[in-house]
Amino acid sequence: MADNHKMWEELGMNLELHDQLCEVLPQAFGDVFLSQENRPEGMDYYNMVVADIHGIRPAELIEHQKKGGKVFGTFCVYVPDEVIFAADAIATGLCGGSQFWVPGGEKVLPTNTCPLIKASVGARLDRTCPFFRIADMYIGETTCDGKKKAWEILAEDVPVHVMDLPQMKRAKDVKAWAEEIAALKEKVEEFTGNTVTAEKLAESIKLINGKRKALARLYDCRKSETLPISGTDALVISQIAFYDDPARFTQMTNKLCDELEQRIKDGVSVVPAGTKRIMLTGTPLAIPNWKLHNIVETSGAVVVCEEMCTGTRYFENYVDESKETVEDQITAIAERYMNINCACFTPNHARIDDILRLAKEYKVDGIIDVNLKFCNLYDTEGYFIERAMKEANIPVLGIETDYTDSDAQQLRTRVSAFVEMLNN
Amino acid sequence: MNYVGIDIGSTASKVAVTGEKELKFVLPTGWSSKETTMLIKEKLLEDGVDVGDAETKVAATGYGRIAVDFADYVITEITCHARGGREMAGDECTIIDVGGQDTKVILVSEGMVQDFLMNDKCSAGTGKFLEIMANRLGVSLQELFDMAAAGTVLPISSLCTVFAESEVINYIGEGKNREDIAAGVVDSVAAKVAQLSQRKNLSEKVILTGGLSHSRYFTGILSAKVGKTVEPTADGRYAGALGAALLAREKSARR
Repeated sequence: MADNHKMWEELGMNLELHDQLCEVLPQAFGDVFLSQENRPEGMDYYNMVVADIHGIRPAELIEHQKKGGKVFGTFCVYVPDEVIFAADAIATGLCGGSQFWVPGGEKVLPTNTCPLIKASVGARLDRTCPFFRIADMYIGETTCDGKKKAWEILAEDVPVHVMDLPQMKRAKDVKAWAEEIAALKEKVEEFTGNTVTAEKLAESIKLINGKRKALARLYDCRKSETLPISGTDALVISQIAFYDDPARFTQMTNKLCDELEQRIKDGVSVVPAGTKRIMLTGTPLAIPNWKLHNIVETSGAVVVCEEMCTGTRYFENYVDESKETVEDQITAIAERYMNINCACFTPNHARIDDILRLAKEYKVDGIIDVNLKFCNLYDTEGYFIERAMKEANIPVLGIETDYTDSDAQQLRTRVSAFVEMLNN
Repeated sequence: MNYVGIDIGSTASKVAVTGEKELKFVLPTGWSSKETTMLIKEKLLEDGVDVGDAETKVAATGYGRIAVDFADYVITEITCHARGGREMAGDECTIIDVGGQDTKVILVSEGMVQDFLMNDKCSAGTGKFLEIMANRLGVSLQELFDMAAAGTVLPISSLCTVFAESEVINYIGEGKNREDIAAGVVDSVAAKVAQLSQRKNLSEKVILTGGLSHSRYFTGILSAKVGKTVEPTADGRYAGALGAALLAREKSARR
């Protein structure tokens, strides 16, 4: 692995603090991923990407900037990458998934803010993540109160553009979201100096749809009784999707899927027949948050689906590729994104329908509904999920956790008991 | 054959044996689950049960279950409590277990765990809370309950043990009756346990297990708060160990 210290130094990073993170990550990755048996060969690419997570991709982004290109940092699956790529800019996901960054966030945010927001703010203010340093502009959105206020704090340190996401799904809300996307287009055009033409937008719609199709193909493989890939491996692929080069990611993921489909034909499964199939629902699992998958998959069960932002909410539904004017394309983009069912909307019955549908498609034996501590929206919606699953006779376990490891043993007890219950 | 259930809890370790021998004993877990495990092994040997021989099957449970290196089966406390509780209350029941660091609500239907709930990473509503408050008042747990029975509840509103302790200190400072403070402490634990329980639809038959399970005083308060009769159990603290022993028997018979 190349020495990235010079690049990190030029990015104005806190090298001493960042080195502490670099010391623990390989161990964590080894413990969680490399200890798995019978992994697909196609995972080599993702292993490499994670192993040099703060090296390879940041260097590419800097290369892009040297040629005059811009990089936009995003935090949410509602922010349309299509618009950004159409302006010859790059969008990269910035959500923080490690406890390492949380104390930095707590310097400025209330303790009872969700760890994802605290980690994201901490990663920026403590200067310990190259992606947070590289992004020329952050695109925020109004998905929760914690984020809304966090943007104001971040905006004192880096340019931030906030998209006002409606919280209901009436026709006028879809229209309002289309207007917000048009405003984003103008902002991106002004910031990059490039014009978003219908031709450019058509290209980027295809590019991002291609990534969605590759992820859908990966997830389709997980519907099989013969399970060709672990949930832990699938999760890290979902996480990498947020910041990798989209064209390369699509190509590598399709290549992996060739292998997975062959495995299904050959009857190669990563778990013994009869292993209980778990779906996780709820709040996102930002990289490197692998805690729950690891606990589930070392407790005798396997994760087959994530109804999460790092999961089905990211790739389901495509943008209509047949539109020819920028205005129509933006409407098509708005319609696709407003089909995502996040707990920040009211009402949000469609999410329950999604979960019931996914439970069937992925032949799920039980659901673990995960809530990142202090996420009121998903926590509250858990009430409806539990009730709906009970009615459908699908066992459900509710779990609230954060990025620390201090509750790992308690979680293990709950998850093991849940698996014992399913096995009875 | 002998079937041994070992429940290494955070505060107390419980052992139940069924088969040729029938026995039960409890000892404090202390600072090392490993050491406690050794003591249990020796004590069992004194009583004529050799965990090393082929005629003895051992199931370990509780938070220290991994420390029992001679166990044939390692099973979570949820499954074991459900099995033990079912033995005490039948195939359709709800078990409320107030332990040293966890409070659990387990719904059993047709003899199987149907659903369960555990308290969050917090000591409120657990035995630990009572222990801390008894220490603060300078009495034993039993004395705390005796005092509480003679007192009138002083409200303790904090959801956090640390803050609740400050409330108790304030009451002491104000010169309030110790009996009334004790009544407030017990009432607050019951309230938190009831709050947790009410997230689930409890069965008609509800029993209390864990270290407080024999206390009619506590089940009385708890019953009033959950709106259902919560029955005390004489050997409720052994529910997990007994369940583990029974599961050891059933699992070894399946082979």
